[in-house]
Parts: sequence; C-alpha cells; structure tokens
Amino acid sequence: MFWRGLEEAAGTAAFREYLEREFPRGASEWGSGLDRRQFLKLMGASMALAGLTGCVREPEEEILPYVHPTAALDPGRPLYFATAMPFGGYGRGVLVVSHMGRPTKVEGNPDHPASLGTTDPFMQASVLTLYDPERSQVIRNGEAVVTWDRFVSFMGGALRSMRARRGAGLRILTGNITSPSLLEQLGRIQAAYPEARVHAYEPAYSEEPGTPARYQFDRADVILSLDSDFVYGIPASIPYARAYMSRRLVREDRAAVNRLYVAESSPSNTGVIADHRFVVRPSQMRLFARAVANSVGGNGGVTGGLDARLQRAAEIVGRDLAAHRGSSLVVAGGRQVAEVHALARSMNEALGNVGRTVTYPSTPQGLTPSMDSLRQLVAEMAAGHVEQLVILGRNPVYDAPADLEFLKHLKRVPLRIHMGLYEDETSEHCQWHIPESHYLESWGDVRAFDGTASIIQPLIAPLYDSHTAAELCTVFLGDPARTAYEIVRAYWQERLGEESFEAAWQEALRKGVLPEQVSSTGSAETAVPVDSTAAPRDSTTRSQRGQAEAPRNGTAQEEGPGQGLEIQFKPDPTVWDGSFSSNPWLQELPKPITTLTWTNAALIAPATAEEYDVQNGDIVELAFRGRSVEAPVLVLPGQAPDTVTVHLGYGRERGGRLAAGLGFNAYALRTTDALWFGTGLQMRKTGGHIEMPVTQQHHTMEGGDQVRVGTLEEFEENPAFAQEVIGLPLVNETLYPEYSYPGYKWGMAIDLNTCIGCNACVVACQAENNIPVVGIEGVRRQREMHWIRVDAYYEGDLDEPDLYVEPVPCMHCEKAPCEVVCPVGATVHDSEGLNLMVYNRCIGTRYCSNNCPYKVRRFNFFDYTAGKPETYRMVRNPEVTVRSRGVMEKCTYCIQRIAAHKILAEEEDRRVRDGELETACQQACPTEAIVFGDLNDETSRVNRLKQSPLNYAMLGDLNTQPRTTYLARVTNPNPQLDRRKEVGSTE
Amino acid sequence: MAQLFHPRADAFLKIVVVGGLGLIFLLIVASVKLYNSGYYTRVGVPIEQPVPFSHQHHVSGLGIDCRYCHNTVEQADFAGMPATHTCMSCHSQIWVTSDMLKPVRASYQTDRPIHWQRVTKLPDFVFFNHGIHVQNGVACETCHGRIDEMPLTWKAHNMTMGWCLNCHRDPARYIRPRNAVFAMGWSPPGDQHTLGARLVKEYNIPVGRLTDCSTCHR
Repeated sequence: MFWRGLEEAAGTAAFREYLEREFPRGASEWGSGLDRRQFLKLMGASMALAGLTGCVREPEEEILPYVHPTAALDPGRPLYFATAMPFGGYGRGVLVVSHMGRPTKVEGNPDHPASLGTTDPFMQASVLTLYDPERSQVIRNGEAVVTWDRFVSFMGGALRSMRARRGAGLRILTGNITSPSLLEQLGRIQAAYPEARVHAYEPAYSEEPGTPARYQFDRADVILSLDSDFVYGIPASIPYARAYMSRRLVREDRAAVNRLYVAESSPSNTGVIADHRFVVRPSQMRLFARAVANSVGGNGGVTGGLDARLQRAAEIVGRDLAAHRGSSLVVAGGRQVAEVHALARSMNEALGNVGRTVTYPSTPQGLTPSMDSLRQLVAEMAAGHVEQLVILGRNPVYDAPADLEFLKHLKRVPLRIHMGLYEDETSEHCQWHIPESHYLESWGDVRAFDGTASIIQPLIAPLYDSHTAAELCTVFLGDPARTAYEIVRAYWQERLGEESFEAAWQEALRKGVLPEQVSSTGSAETAVPVDSTAAPRDSTTRSQRGQAEAPRNGTAQEEGPGQGLEIQFKPDPTVWDGSFSSNPWLQELPKPITTLTWTNAALIAPATAEEYDVQNGDIVELAFRGRSVEAPVLVLPGQAPDTVTVHLGYGRERGGRLAAGLGFNAYALRTTDALWFGTGLQMRKTGGHIEMPVTQQHHTMEGGDQVRVGTLEEFEENPAFAQEVIGLPLVNETLYPEYSYPGYKWGMAIDLNTCIGCNACVVACQAENNIPVVGIEGVRRQREMHWIRVDAYYEGDLDEPDLYVEPVPCMHCEKAPCEVVCPVGATVHDSEGLNLMVYNRCIGTRYCSNNCPYKVRRFNFFDYTAGKPETYRMVRNPEVTVRSRGVMEKCTYCIQRIAAHKILAEEEDRRVRDGELETACQQACPTEAIVFGDLNDETSRVNRLKQSPLNYAMLGDLNTQPRTTYLARVTNPNPQLDRRKEVGSTE
Repeated sequence: MAQLFHPRADAFLKIVVVGGLGLIFLLIVASVKLYNSGYYTRVGVPIEQPVPFSHQHHVSGLGIDCRYCHNTVEQADFAGMPATHTCMSCHSQIWVTSDMLKPVRASYQTDRPIHWQRVTKLPDFVFFNHGIHVQNGVACETCHGRIDEMPLTWKAHNMTMGWCLNCHRDPARYIRPRNAVFAMGWSPPGDQHTLGARLVKEYNIPVGRLTDCSTCHR
C-alpha cells in the first residue's frame, strides 16, 4: 500500500480533510474580522465601480520602431543564444530564449556534455536571479556610493606599495574557478605579485580525493551508491542521470535493465530511483562499505558494530557485484570520508571495472577548492599577515565553518574588498563592495565537469553598475580599461589561431562549446601557480591526509548512539549553499521528497521523533560541539534513526529581503572537523512550534492506485500488471458526447521508471507559463500555484520505506469532470483534446477545481503579480497571459508552444513533426521521462509509449479517460533481498 | 368612501411608467450607439501622427508594396513598423528640406525613435499572428480596409471578437488567393464563396479549429 506521509499512514482526521477538501478551511476567508455590514458596503461600492470600467475609451498607445533596423531582432520572434551557467564553478551549457532583448527562459544546450539539452532546477531558475531587484546595484565604499573609476584610482594607490613588496599580504579568496581566462588573469596577478596567494573554497561542493572518477552508468549492470546522490546537484548529474536511465527503459529488451543499490542516511533523489535502499547512518557507512568490500573479495577490514541486517545486505550486494565483474560499479558520495572513497576505488579495481564503468581521466584543472585552503587563509589573517583581502563571489562570513571564526579574523585585515551578486553578510564587513555581473549579462568562459570549455556570452547589457571577476583582476594588473569581452576574446584568440579566429569564435558562440582539442589543451591553465601552499591534488597525499584524519573523525564516528545523535549537513536541494536564497522560484519549489518550501528543517526519522516526543514543526535546540541553533523538526520516513539532517543555505541575515529571516543557519553548527557528518549532537525540545510549509498533503488524491510498481519478475509474468483494474470496474459507457479529432490529438506519457523527482519540470513550467509565487504564508494556506507537481509516495514500513515520485500535470481528460460543472463555460474542451481555461470568462466559482479528482487546478486568491518589482516583469513570457486575481488556471500542455509550432508547420504546408514540439516540462527533464506528442500520428514517440503494456491511466476507474498517462515503474530487486515480496504490496 | 387618489394621479402614473421605461430604453440605445460609434471604437477616425504620413500617397501614388515597410508581416506576430532608416532611404534624397519630415530627420540624427500613434490595437489577452493570416489568404484590405485611400490612417473595423469570428467561423467568405493578399480594391473573379471554399481546402485551413478559444487566447 502506498502512502503519502505519516498523516496518511496513520489515517488521521487531518489527512481525511486534505483528501476531501479541495481547499483548506479558511482558504478563501479574509484574515481580519470583516463583518457583514462592512462586506455589503464594500461589495456595493465594487459593483458600482465595476460598471464604470466599461465606459473607458480604448487607451491610446504608441509604437516606437527602431531608428536603425536590427537584423535579427523582430518583435514577436524570440531568439536563442548559447551560453553557459557556472554552478559551483563548473559550466552547464544553456540556450537562452530572448524576447526583444530580454532573456526570459533557460533551456539546455544539446551540444554541451553537462546539459545534453536538458536542465536542472538551478539552470531554470537562474534567469530570475538576473532580474532580482535585491541584487547589489552600486559600487560601495563604506557607506558611500562611488564610481568604478573612483575604485580604480583608489586601488592604483593601494597597489603601488603592494607591488613594491612583491604582493606580500595580498590574498584573493575565490570559489571554485574553471574559467580559463580568469585563471590566466589570476596567474598574471601571481606573476606580478609573487608573494600574493589565491585561496579557494566551496562550502557545498564535495569532491572525492584524488583524480575524480568519471562513471559510465550506461555500461554498468549492478551499481552500488555509497551515499552518492549522483543524479542531483553534482556537476555531472545530468549526464549521469541520463546514462543511468538509458538502462531503465523497460521496453522489449528486459535483460538490459540494471540494478541500483543505494546506502544513505537521508532520502535523496538517487534513493528514490534505487531498487534497494539501505538506511545507513553516516557513522556506519564505512563499516557497510567494508562489509561489501569483504564480500566482493577484497580486504575491507573489520565490520564490528554493523547492524546484522545491514551486514547481511552488504554480503548479498557484494556477491551481486562480484557476479558482474567488469560491468558493476561502486560510487562513493563526495561527502564521504577518505576511507569510503578508498574502498570504492579498491572495489572497482578488484571488480575489473576500471576502464569499463569507471575511468580516471585527467582533465584540465583550475583551482582546487578546499577547506584547508580557507583554514590557511584564516590562520594568516589571525597572524596579521594579510593586508589586502579580495573576496571574489564568495560569502565566507556566512558560510565558512563556524570554528574558523572568519568574521573575527576578517576584521584584522586592513583592506577588505568584496565582489558578489548581493550585499551579503561578508560585504557588510568589507570597506569595498563591487557588484558582480550575472552570467546572463557578462562575458566570460567556463569549463564543464569534463573539461569542455564554453564561452559565456551576455544576452543583455548589465542591469546595474556591475563587473566581472576578470575585470576586477585587470585593476590589479594595471590595465583597468580592458573589458571582460576583450579579456575572454584575447585569451581564445591565442588558442584558436589567428587566421581562422573569427570564424572559430563565431562558431564557438553559436554552438556554446569550444572544439574538443582546444577545450582540453589546458597547458596554460595548469601552469597557473595558484594556492601553491595548499596540498596538491594528488591521490596519495590526499588519501594519506584522509588516513591521518581518520582517527580523529573515526573514533567519533564509530561510537554508538549513546553519545547523542549524529548530524549530517547537506547543501539545500533548492537554495543550495545560499547562493539562491533570494530566488523566489527556488524558495517556493518543494524540495524533493520532503516537499518543504521556503525554509529548512531538522530532518529526523519517525522513531527519533517518537523518542524525543516531537512532531512536525516543533522547535528543537540542536547543540553540537559547543554551538547551538534552534530548528523546526520535520519527520521524514526513510531517514536513519538517531540522525539529524540539516540543509545548508538558510538562516541568512543579509543577501536580499527575501533571503533574510528564513529558516535557520546550519553553517553555525558546522566545523572543519565535521564538514558533513559528526556525532555528539544533542537535541532538546524547546516547546516552540511553527507550521511547516510542506506541500506533501496539499493535493492528495483519493484512490489507491496513483503509483503502480512491479518487479521485473512480475512484469515478465504479466507485462500488463499495471493495467489491472483497481477500484471501480471500468465502464466505458458515458453520457457525454464523443469528440472527433480530425487534426491533432495531443497526449502525454510520463515514464515513472526514469523520473528522478528533481523538480526541473516544475521550475521550467513556472518560467514558461508566468506562474506566480505565493510566499511562505501562501504555501501554508495551500495556495501554491505550480501547474505541475511532483508527488512523493512511500511504501512499506515507516523506518525503511521505498520511495516513489510521480509528476502530476493536468491530465487533459477526454471526459473532463471540470468542464461540465463550469457555469460560465470558462473551461472548455478544444478541438485537439486539450482542456483549456478561458481566463476572461472565469468568475472564480472554483467548481471545476472541486470536481477535479487529480487536484491539478490552481486558483489565484490574490493578484500575485501586481506590485512586484519592475524588473520581474522583464522575465515574463510574452506568449502567455499573466493571470489576475479570482481566476482559475492550470496546465495547458504549453498551448503557446503548440500554437507556435502549428503556425510554423502551416506556413511550411506540413504537419507538426514528432519531436519538434516539446512542452516546457518535457524539454527540461534530464531523463526524458516526459514525452508529449500527437496521438493521431501512429509513429509518434508518445503513441509508442502508450502502447506499452506498462501504460496506465491514473484513477482510470473514474472513466475520465485522461490524455496524460503513466508508465508503471518496474523495479529490479535482488530476489535474495526482495522485501517487497514479503510485504506483498504490489497489489 | 372618498377617493384616495386624485383622478390625475392615474395619468401621472402612466407617464412615469411609460416615460421611465422609455428613458431606460433610450439609455440602452444610446449606450449601444456610443459603444459602436467612432468615438468609442475609433473606427473611421483619422489618428494624428507626429509625421502626417499618407498611405494614400505612398501606396496608390507611388506604388510601394506593403512589405517594404511592414517587413515581418509574412513571418511574425507583429507586421513590423519601419525603422527611421527605412524612411530615410528615400527621404535622404527627396523632400530633404520638407518641414513635415522634420521629425524623421531629427529621429535619424538623434537616434531617437519616432513616436507613432497606434491605429489598430488588440487587447493583451489576444495573441494574433500576422504571418499565418497572410499565409492563408487573409488580405491586408480585409482587416485594414482601403489603406490606399487613407491620407491619414484610421481603423477600418472595430476589431472586436464578434468581428474576428465572422471570418473564423467561415473563412471562405473572405479569403483570397495568396497572390492577391497585398492587393487593394481586389474583387473575386466570380462567386467569393465558391472561390473561398476551394482556397480553404487548398490552403488546408482547419476550419473547425479556428473557433477554439485557444486559437487566440492562451
């Protein structure tokens, strides 16, 4: 039996209410006490005034054509530009849609290895950050607003003496940088100031020690993930997810299906797609890895203290891996300790996987960010050796480990310069703040995880007085007149060759990637003497250091729960390390599995909640190594008992009005010796309580068959297991008229086998369809407006459930319950089978929403778009109506895209070709789980998927005949471990 | 029993009732008239422009094709408005000292656009595409009237939804062969409806679909 949360599992009254009421009690009531008399007065006045609006003449408007025609820029025809988004320092290729010079939407670049034409939520939402009115807009010196020239002349003076002292006391702190031209700039600074140092750290990126491994998931039959969330958030997550899913397409070739074991302590997207998910506490992960290694045949080491069940599981997993020599794969998560990485590496070697499913290519590397580098800098600051500190795009006062006491030591530095997108916690304590340009408004370059270089080209002139890091570097090189464009162009001119440069440059801009040979010749970059005192990125020294650390970490970690709880830090799935705190799309995006929005929480297991007698929203005090924060609790089935997971990136004090004051700051608990895990956490109930903005129960559907899952074995026995009748018997009799569709007949198929629940579709839909954000209070009142949601389901027992995700857009029913109840005909069935809203007709009765069994309709309780900052208007898609208050809305299958492609096809006198028309959610999906197309086209992909025996209609017994159908998920469990069989719950 | 009402009260009541109803009727008629009048719809009302541009002179006098200035009309939503540069391609040679053209020269010199007043406007919730209409044989004249006879441009039709639906319900009544789309004063050789029906078939115009709300509203 599937359940959506603890309320459902317990069958509470609150859950019944979610199920039965489309809107919560009080959703449409005014907050303040409004008496009847006042209400009548207001209504009377509104009625009287409403009539007057009809008496206005049509407004006069002007047309302002260009003075000089711009060849490509025609009103009404969007343009696409290739560029790349740096995220954690690594590039992800994107194609950005520009309407009349305004970038409005980010799509993936099919030619880029880190995108493959698709996106993740961060890429989708990055366009909103460009227009964020809270971004810093002026250069600030103390309290004064100054010009760039003023800064340059000030630095001219400050650097004269610095040059004489060969840069002693000059320090630059950056994040991860892969930009070849910026690295060259930094190299030049290093040459000009030999005593200067560049330090780099990333609070949220965690890479394995040594040469990073590259995985070939498409070649692996059996995969073990040791706390690796390889489908989400890492630089290669999109290609990894795609490659992995290429082996989960359950079609005819069933033998090709792979098997994934995941051992993790807190549910992740990778845990969702696992065939077996083992709940392993962080402190036990190394024991588990040892046990698997022992079983594989290597010498993993002693496994004393490991839970007997996990011991047995590890042995079975090890045997399965050993049975697939050369086609198995062990992946260790970046956050794991060196020993787990070493074990994963030795297992892959022992299994003969190296060179087959895992490789260790040498890619051109730039800076190696590390906490050691930051620690060194802080030590120097403390010793008073740092005179000038330049912070490029990072916010260490907020996100450095708490035990470094960065702020205290920062204040000892005489000259502090901060460059960043926002005035943040760090800039507050710097004399100078320089606004940094967003990637959509600046020139630059960046490398992908595999070394592929891309040029970053701007789509719009900088909105504010901002500059790029490379431009800031020129100030130090005494050449401040050079623009970012000149820098990046000159850099590549050297490498692409003089004669054919212009053509190659244009091609690089058009395609969004540089040719491979140029990309990978990193000779100039590797020569950059960056942070030369930090430990080199070499596997032996790193693992030695890992070993050296082991006793300190290890003893602490192997102790039992008697020492308190274990804490685990993770970057937040939506606001990440805090870089996206000011992005409302990402704030309101339900985090995968927890569906928490706008805040973070202390995630604990149901058993732990019982032990501490806490419920969702209860405030607890988390005390860890002498520091403490107060955090609300969120009970999460599948979380390891006696552990607490906290997400980084919340509890901001500055960095935009939106960012400040949400959630709690998990960095305040983080120390350099417990960057990701630690034991000895004390949790204490404070008695406080807040209502958690969780969307999980908001759109609960009635019926038990929303998700259908079977094992590979069951599928082979009965391929059509998903089509078995559940609920009422199917009757195809209907009182409603049959429609005929002579032209197109649109439909969608969603493959539950390949969905990873990353939510990219949700943000893509929001960006495409001008969907408003309702805020934390709005979410609490169940008013969120997303047209597509990703439901999470659990199956099995509370502590170790299996996880499922299911994206739910409008089903576009053939016999749509919403259509027949609208008193004003505002929701209509069109001649291609879509159910569409006519916003101008809608009077807001919400009958349609009450009658929708899928709960996919959304109501505008307020005019959410009015009164929003001017700059946010620039991000709107001009092809889609911006809805107002009192209007129902829902998924349209991206009717604007359908219309545009139909017009295009009609102008060429043909039909719309299969594949050329993609909905926004489909285009964003990293694993191609969503397929949309014409059902009248026999050969279309969507038709082929719908012919699969796995195809089923959600709530099909209601005879709504939905156009959106699902492919049931087929898992491939190990028969020796098959817990599902014991539970017998596949129905 | 004494009469409660004066005999004249009856007449008074009649006058009030009939007169009141008449007044309401007149008000309705007046509102409808006003709604459909040029004052309200601006149909037939020449719009004053910063430069008194005459389509009459440029189209019928000089024979300039519509697409010379409205250059995106065949592909895009927006028909296109000529850049000042386009005007200057002729007016740097002829009428170079004309006072009337002063704003054009000023625009060209100062790099600031001319502020043309919109003549036809659709509400923001209507998504109209010129390209597909031109492609399917809807002539300029069908919606914009005899542009070639307008010294100053005015709106030829009220462009309300009912007016659009006239054609969307039965395009055969209006559409022309593609080669006559830019012609002014064209009349069908023979019966329009027979020709139209043939063209609808030939151009694959999806007639039933044209009245879907989503054709124009999304």
